Amino acid sequence: MKILAFAEQRNGQFKKTAFEVVKAAKTVSDQLQGETIAVVIGNGCASIADQLGGFGAARVIVVDDPRLELYSATAYAKIIAEVAKTESAEIVFLPASEMGKDVAPRVAVKLGAGLAAGCTAVKINQGTITATRPVYAGKGLLEVSVKTATKVFTLRPNVFTAGPSNGSAATVESKKFDLSDTDFSVMVKEVKTASGKKDVAEADIIVSGGRGLKGPEHFNMIEDLAGALGAAVGASRAVVDAGWRPHDEQVGQTGKTVSPSLYVAVAISGAVQHLAGMSSSKYIVAINKDKDAPILSVADYAIVGDAFEVVPALTAEVKKLLGK
Amino acid sequence: MKILVLVNHVPDTETKVKVGADGKVIDPTGVNYMLNPYDEFGVEEALKTKQQFGGEVLVVSLGGDSNKETLRKALAMGCDKAVLLKDAVSRDSYAVAFALAEYAKEYGPDIIFCGKQSIDYDNAQVGGLVAEMLGIPSVSVVVKLTINERNIIAEREIEGGHEIIHATLPALISAQKGLNEPRYPSLKGIMDAKRKPIEEKAPAAADSRVEVNGMSKPPAKAQGKIVGADATAAAELVRLLHEEAKVI
Ligand SMILES: Cc1cc2nc3c(=O)[nH]c(=O)nc-3n(C[C@H](O)[C@H](O)[C@H](O)COP(=O)(O)OP(=O)(O)OC[C@H]3O[C@@H](n4cnc5c(N)ncnc54)[C@H](O)[C@@H]3O)c2cc1C
Ligand SMILES: Nc1ncnc2c1ncn2[C@@H]1O[C@H](COP(=O)(O)O)[C@@H](O)[C@H]1O
Repeated sequence: MKILAFAEQRNGQFKKTAFEVVKAAKTVSDQLQGETIAVVIGNGCASIADQLGGFGAARVIVVDDPRLELYSATAYAKIIAEVAKTESAEIVFLPASEMGKDVAPRVAVKLGAGLAAGCTAVKINQGTITATRPVYAGKGLLEVSVKTATKVFTLRPNVFTAGPSNGSAATVESKKFDLSDTDFSVMVKEVKTASGKKDVAEADIIVSGGRGLKGPEHFNMIEDLAGALGAAVGASRAVVDAGWRPHDEQVGQTGKTVSPSLYVAVAISGAVQHLAGMSSSKYIVAINKDKDAPILSVADYAIVGDAFEVVPALTAEVKKLLGK
Repeated sequence: MKILVLVNHVPDTETKVKVGADGKVIDPTGVNYMLNPYDEFGVEEALKTKQQFGGEVLVVSLGGDSNKETLRKALAMGCDKAVLLKDAVSRDSYAVAFALAEYAKEYGPDIIFCGKQSIDYDNAQVGGLVAEMLGIPSVSVVVKLTINERNIIAEREIEGGHEIIHATLPALISAQKGLNEPRYPSLKGIMDAKRKPIEEKAPAAADSRVEVNGMSKPPAKAQGKIVGADATAAAELVRLLHEEAKVI
């Protein structure tokens, strides 16, 4: 019984989800007396591969090729599926990141497998695996089983905890693939990164601002608090539609789904479509002057007051605490 | 250019989820259905593509008779033809994608548009499945698309940035908000849509691969703590986050 985990890297560095997915695979394979194998795809990744040992990978298969430096849905899918076949892996875990969500359906078709997408928990019940996946933007939870012999799961980022590395080593094996031009029929030619900006989908702390801030110029208050906390800046749709903030910061049903350990909602009312994207955050703080705002019903802590006074005070207290 | 758009018919975003009698799907009582919001961006991009290159836009949906409402909306926006792959039983993403891919093989589109995800089951997989079944390129979460003869350049959103992707037609594009501004159906569009026929076809059979064992509601949250009513509460809130929640 083997479990294969796709460990996502970009620019020669593992994403946090890589460790989460490997650790989740390890947890499951321990219960099934199985073996945890990780696959890493990129260019010059052999040097980072053994980091995965500390999260439970017994073996790490590295596929290095200059053409794999940037993501290619077709080539990555081919490699993941072929590794799964050669290893006779019965379970394949991928992150439900933008890369994982893009490649997983292709991997599933190649393996003749069912795909349970965006899982927030996996369980072993009498030797078989079941998964929990949120539906209706988190308003419902489905318990699902995959019926095919090979089973593919994508795991929602930030939900499975990787914990610290235990320092164990893994056996690293390099593998070469014969890749032709047709394997690269979809290819990333360029990645544009918003320099230094933390993305809400990956952040451990998010400070989001809403329409109650009255104008884009007041978001520096949000940025200051986010800066003090090492957080990403998020936004409600109202402020994105108004053009105050870019769309990639939008949290909610038609924005990003986030599960940080702390979500601070400033002057956001908490419409169902906003809650849809952030209600699975571990801790939610609301700063709102309306005690009846729906955001308060999901908040763990709230200050019912004027954001223009509360937020700067909060920033000062955070700086004091963290010695900044 | 032959342009195919895949559209899903889903409960609107205000829907209060109540688990139905079988414990596996929602209770549809009082639920309003609509064209999946991301598919609206797909329809709009299809119409823009037709404006640029000519040809026809065919919209297809798999589901029950009520999916015709969604097909009508797409026709009202300006799609030329609609097909309902009529099926009463529920299918998982794989079985839906299989039937859509079989239909696409028959139709032979140059480009296929779909949404980045259905907002009911949040699977975000039908597009990728269809593309792989057809053996064609696909780009998901697309916010910008340029078509030049048979070459496409698509920009997709990723964590902390964008990827610029090159591929050739035929290809599948799954639309993300930001790709365009969907048009509102004109009065004439709505009138015309009523007259356009919706062709019904039997979808290709396929067995589901993911089985639902049960549906539940997430556990309700305990009442939160109101820490204060002004800036003087900031210190206490920071203390709670540090000592009680241990998140900072
Ligand atoms: C199909 C569809 C999809 C949608 N998708 C999304 C989505 O993905 N994400 C999303 O966010 N929304 C989404 N929405 C929109 C959503 O319904 C709400 O309109 C939106 O979230 C409201 O944004 P807001 O909370 O910033 O603004 P408002 O609802 O206007 O709330 C402003 C809040 O600020 C508070 N406030 C005002 N002044 C102050 C002050 N000085 N100090 C403290 N508090 C103050 C007010 O009490 C109020 O609660 C969607 C809607 C639809 C129909
Ligand atoms: N039953 C369906 N009929 C037609 N298109 C669908 C159907 N289900 C999903 N799609 C398309 O596939 C996209 C992704 O859906 P999903 O994988 O269900 O999240 C949707 O945005 C639609 O464009």
